Formats: sequence, C-alpha cells, structure tokens
Amino acid sequence: MTATGGTNYDEMLNEDGSVRPAYADFRKWYDSQDKAWLKRQDAEAERFFRRIGITFNVYGNDAAEERLIPFDMIPRIITAREWRKLTQGIEQRVRALNAFLQDLYHRQEIIRSGRLPISALRNNEAFLSQMIGMTPPGGVYTHIVGIDLVRTGPEEFMVLEDNARTPSGVSYMLENRETMMAMFPELFTRIPVRPVSDYPRRLARSLRACAPPAYDGGKGGGTRPTVAVLTPGIYNSAYFEHAFLADQMGAELVEGRDLRVVDGRVAMRTTTGYKAIDVIYRRVDDDYLDPLSFQPDSALGVSGIMDVYRAGGITIANAPGTGIADDKAIYSYMPEIVEFYTGEKPILANVPTWRCSESDSLAYVLDNLAELVVKEVHGSGGYGMLIGPAASKKELADFEAKLRARPDNYIAQPTLSLSTVPIFTKEGLAPRHVDLRPFVLVSPEGIDITPGGLTRVALKKGSLVVNSSQGGGTKDSWVLDE
Amino acid sequence: MLGRAANGVYWMSRYLERAENTARLIDVGFHLALTRGNKHSQDEEWKSVLTTTGLVGNYCRVHGGFNGPQVFNFLLRDKDNPGSVLAMVENARTNARMVRNSLTNAVWETTNEGWMHLRDLLARPVRETNLGEVLGQIRRTGTLVRGALEGTMLRNEVFNFSRIGTFIERADSTARILDVKYYVLLPSAAWVGSSLDNVQWDTLLRSVAGNRAYSWLNAGAMDSRGIARFLILDGQFPRSLVFCYDKLRSNMAGLAKEYGGETSAHALLRATGGALQETSIEAIFEMGLHEFLQDFIGKTSRLGSAIAADYRFNE
Repeated sequence: MTATGGTNYDEMLNEDGSVRPAYADFRKWYDSQDKAWLKRQDAEAERFFRRIGITFNVYGNDAAEERLIPFDMIPRIITAREWRKLTQGIEQRVRALNAFLQDLYHRQEIIRSGRLPISALRNNEAFLSQMIGMTPPGGVYTHIVGIDLVRTGPEEFMVLEDNARTPSGVSYMLENRETMMAMFPELFTRIPVRPVSDYPRRLARSLRACAPPAYDGGKGGGTRPTVAVLTPGIYNSAYFEHAFLADQMGAELVEGRDLRVVDGRVAMRTTTGYKAIDVIYRRVDDDYLDPLSFQPDSALGVSGIMDVYRAGGITIANAPGTGIADDKAIYSYMPEIVEFYTGEKPILANVPTWRCSESDSLAYVLDNLAELVVKEVHGSGGYGMLIGPAASKKELADFEAKLRARPDNYIAQPTLSLSTVPIFTKEGLAPRHVDLRPFVLVSPEGIDITPGGLTRVALKKGSLVVNSSQGGGTKDSWVLDE
Repeated sequence: MLGRAANGVYWMSRYLERAENTARLIDVGFHLALTRGNKHSQDEEWKSVLTTTGLVGNYCRVHGGFNGPQVFNFLLRDKDNPGSVLAMVENARTNARMVRNSLTNAVWETTNEGWMHLRDLLARPVRETNLGEVLGQIRRTGTLVRGALEGTMLRNEVFNFSRIGTFIERADSTARILDVKYYVLLPSAAWVGSSLDNVQWDTLLRSVAGNRAYSWLNAGAMDSRGIARFLILDGQFPRSLVFCYDKLRSNMAGLAKEYGGETSAHALLRATGGALQETSIEAIFEMGLHEFLQDFIGKTSRLGSAIAADYRFNE
C-alpha cells in the first residue's frame, strides 16, 4: 500500500512542510485555537449528530442498529481554479452519460460503430429491456448524478466511479456544513466559502422542470408539479437522507404502500383520498420499482408504475435502467463514450482499468494481483473488493480462485496514490486519504453542480477505503469563492 | 398529508401517552408496596396493575408470582412483553421517525432524546433504588414531547391527529383504571368510612395523577361518588372522560375545518360526547358503573377505528 505521507499528494502541505495557499487562511485560524477547546467541539459534534438522528443503518449488523458516519471537523478545501476545471469535466461527463443512455435504449450507434462491444450489454442485468425505445420526459435519464473523484497530484483528478442510479450522501454534504457553521461561525466570516445549502431547492426545481406530459400545468389545482420522494422505509440505510431531502424540498415522503395507480396516474393515499404525483424521486432500486415489470414479490414499489411511465403519466428520477451507465465494465469504456457523444477529449481522466473478461488483461491481473485493486463489476459500497497490497497471502489465493472461476465478474485497477487531507486526532492533525463526490443535477434547463460535495475520508492510518460501510468518515468540503 | 403519516403521528402520541400511564400505575403499585406490610395485599396490588394494563395474561405466561421488582421490570423492559414501556417508547420513536417530515425538529428531537435516555436507563434491570428515576424520565419524556408539540407545531392536520391520539388513549386509560377499581367506589355497608376505603380511593386518584387536584377541590374530603364524578365528568380535570372528549371534539372540528367536511367519526364523537355531557353521576350509578365504563370503552375504541378508516390510515 502507498505509504501515507510518502509519495502521495497532500492537499494541505507542500513537500517541504509549508502550507499550500488553499489552506493558508484555515491553518492560520487553526493554529490560533485552543486545542483543548477543539477536542471538546469534536466530542460535541458527535452528540449533535446523534440527537438530530443523522444515522445510517449498517447491513449485516443488528437489524435495528443505527450508526453515525464519523464526522471530521477539518474541512477539505478546493480552490476556485481547481473547481472550475472539475465542473467542466463533470459537465462533459454527465452530458455524455445521458447521450449514451439515450443511444443505448434506442439506435445503439455506439455499438454499430464498434466503439463498444455488444458483449458489454449482453447478460448485463443493469440493462433494462423495458426501457428500449422509451424516452423519459424531457429526455433526461440521470436527474441526479454523483461523480466520485480521486486526486493523485496537483492537477490530477480522476473519476473513480459514476453514480448514475441513486447516489446518496448529499444530506451529509448539507449537515456537515451546518455543523461546521454552528461550531466555528467565525471561520466563515474569514474565509469565502461557496454555500451548498440551496441544494434541496435546486433539486426541487430541477425535478419540477422534468414534469411528465400528463402534468396539467397547474389546472388541477396545484400551481406546481407534485414531487414525492419514494423511500424503501425507515430500515433502509439512507432513510435519514430520504426524509431530510423530502422535508427540505417540501415534497411528500412516500413508501410503496402509500401508492397505487388511479386513473392512469401514480397516486398517493392522503387523508382525503388519492392524489396524483407528477415526479417521483425514487430511492428504490430498479428491481423493486414495479412488481409487474421486475421483482414480482417487491413490496417497495408500485404495481403498474412502468405502464404509467411509458404512457407519460409520471417522471421517474433517475430513469429506470440508468444503472447500465455506472456499471464498472462500462466504466472502462468511458473515455471512448465521452469522445463519441461530445466530440471532445475527456477533461477528466479515468483510472486505468483492466477488464478481466479479456484474457490478456486477466493474465496481467493474475500476475500482478498483489499490486492491484480488484472490484466486482456490479458491486458497490466497497463490498467484495480486494486491495492487493493490503491483502494476506490467503486472501490473494482465495481471490485468485474467484477470478479464475468468473473473470467477467471483475475489473482491476492500479492501487492509486490517493491524495491526503488532514484529520483532527488527539495528537493533532494527521493526513488521511480522501475522495470527493460532487452532486450534479440534470434537467432540460441544464446541468447544475453544487459547489462542494461529499468528501469521504479513510480514518484509519494508511487505509485507502473511504466507504462509510467500511469505517470511513466524512468532512465538510469547501469550494473557495474567486 | 399521507394517510400513513396521519396514522404515524396518531400512534406516536398514543404510545407516549400509554407509556406515561403505565409509569404512573407502576408508581402507584410501588407506593402501596411501601405503605403496606402485608405481602399478600402487595401482590394483589401488583396483579391489579397488570390487569389494568391488560398485560396480566402475557405476564403469567412467562412469570410466576407477583413480586414487585419482577412485575415492574416486566412492565418497563421485559423483552417478552410487547407492551413494555421501552417497547412503547420505541414504537413512538419509530413512528416519529417514519413521519419525521411532518414534525418539527423540536418534536423529533425530544422524542428521539427521550428514547435514547430511556434505552440507556432500561438497559439493565431496574431496582427499587432507581425506579423513581426511571419513572420520572418516562413522565418527563411525555411532558417534553407534548410541550414541543404545543410550542412549535402548526395548528394543522398533523397537530390534530397527534392530539386525537393522545386523548383517545387517555380516555381509554382513565376508563380502564376506573373499571378495574370500580368496586371500591360502590357503596358498601361493610367498608364505608373505613381506612381501607381511603387508601383505595387515594390509590385510584394517584393512578390518574388526580389525588392533589381532587383534595384541593374537595378540601380533603373523600367520597366515592365525588371521586367517580371527578374522574368521569369534571371538565377541568385533564384526565377525566369529559375533558378528553372535549379535546377530541375540538381537534376533530379542526380536521373538519381544514378538510372542508365531517366524516362518520364526527357523528360517533357527537353521539358519545353529547351523552357524556348530559349524563349525571346519579344516572351512571343507576346504569351501573361497570356497565357504563364497558360501554364507554367500546365506543371510544369504535371512534378510534372510524377515525383510522375515514382518514385512510391504512390501505
């Protein structure tokens, strides 16, 4: 594994130990603070989070256990210049993703042109035949995207993953900022940090801009399209976020059991009868969305919603079938995909990726397993992955067997020398590896990127795994104003 | 609002009210245990606490005998008791979490904090030495949540459903407590004026937090009819049946106003509430106290069902 503090890029400190300009003001403030007081604030932050109930449920632990994602109070700081370049790259990538989805579910030009092999679609469960020939309202597939970025040098940001299904974590972006502003208000008077708090309003506006053909333009009484957030319920790991977003948007938070199809519309059961929904922000996976079209035993979705969708009665955000675009096998083709649909070179690089389905690549991966990170093609959340440099002999041998048995289930990437950002520890500041997930909204009105995002941080020294399910934490992410 | 959310705030309030009422019953049982030496009559009191909560059957399936700590631990925290205070506060909190968007932060936070605190207090068996602290915390949770509702919620459907839950539960609870003890209020030649009567009456009043209020209103004098009138018909006493129905009437009127019309539940409420307004304690005793209470409990339960059906709590 990459030695922390060795070859990797530290975002706060130059190699000679001096402070980089992005952190200069913060560091000046930090150095002038009483460290005992900071420790107390640190403990206070946890109590604050627990009291307001920002928790997530961990799968595989006690059914009802709710945990906090640890919060680190040292901000992750991005300069205006860095952010400008990032947003250009993200916008380009998100445009390409939507064009790619439109193409995949219609003429499949990219396959005809030979840039993407048909094998990438075949037997891929994320590709939904139910979506073939269907254009979602406004032509938008991915209304909300989370692009996971890692940094390996002063100018080197790479896309680690595109989250085009239902990216989570935006509530932490918002609550982390709230917490920082409550704990250290004077920081925000000294340092010009761009606000993130209007994300829910932007989300609501973006979703309303995608109203379906059946929306009556306000003639039915409502002056705006009715938006609802569909949650699997209180035991879902991201329930807090679902409730939080619905609340902040002024939308209803609904479950499958609140909904049914009435007169060709998806409607929610209110105390005074069924009321039609125009746009549903669903936080339920494709498989569970409609028992008539997908998993027949799902109680989380709505029977018949796909028929209503096809008939223009509702907008589903994100559209069913977008998962094909964030599949890890497709990921390896993203440079070609970006170029094919935008006619431009990708601004943001991909992490070099070996597709184990290809025999040459597989041979390379097997020879170099101890240096690589191997991921399941359809996995997420850091489950089922191998970090070669951190694995024992036995783990390597076990994984080799898995690779040989089902090579097309895996991709491999080099172990990246991820950048570090300091965290607050009892012994003072200590560098830890981070990634960044900015949140992107797409509507016919355009692409809207909130300045900031969710910084996830590996709290264990030397660890590269930042996933909250694997013991990672989060930080407030600052984009400095010009 | 969603029918499911209305159901959620309604039950959140019912569960909190029920937890608080159970705590009060335990307090009374404990108080009696302290004031009476006779083991047999202590056990009888604990048994009657279980009967009042409707949990005597559940208890007897897993426990023998009625010794105090065993009974109050069963009522407070036993995993085999789905009606334990801990389970009810957890239910209240789960409902609050489900309808979090309908609640203010203050209401959610007091509910969540109350649950966290009780969960910690009830993590280990409760002893007689810390029973007071536990019961105090249960009452405090109910009080704080009601205060947060009162102080921060819009006076809209959410508020009304929450209050309706509180007063349906409270009306039912007061009626059940009275019904379990109704015989102590019946005129009995053998007991009249005995100290046993006074203790029984005092216990009954304490069970509904009415002992101080009753003494104050009656300058310390107690009589069975007066107590029955107080608990059933006194419009000032916040746990009397009449008071609960007054509140139900005003909150149901709020719903009718907001929704622009009444439902079948309004008709039921008017019938039962109206009869309660018009009756007298003499008429109740004439009918038979037990019969009156049974009838009242049935009607209140039907009112709750009608509200759930009319406002689409469930599919």
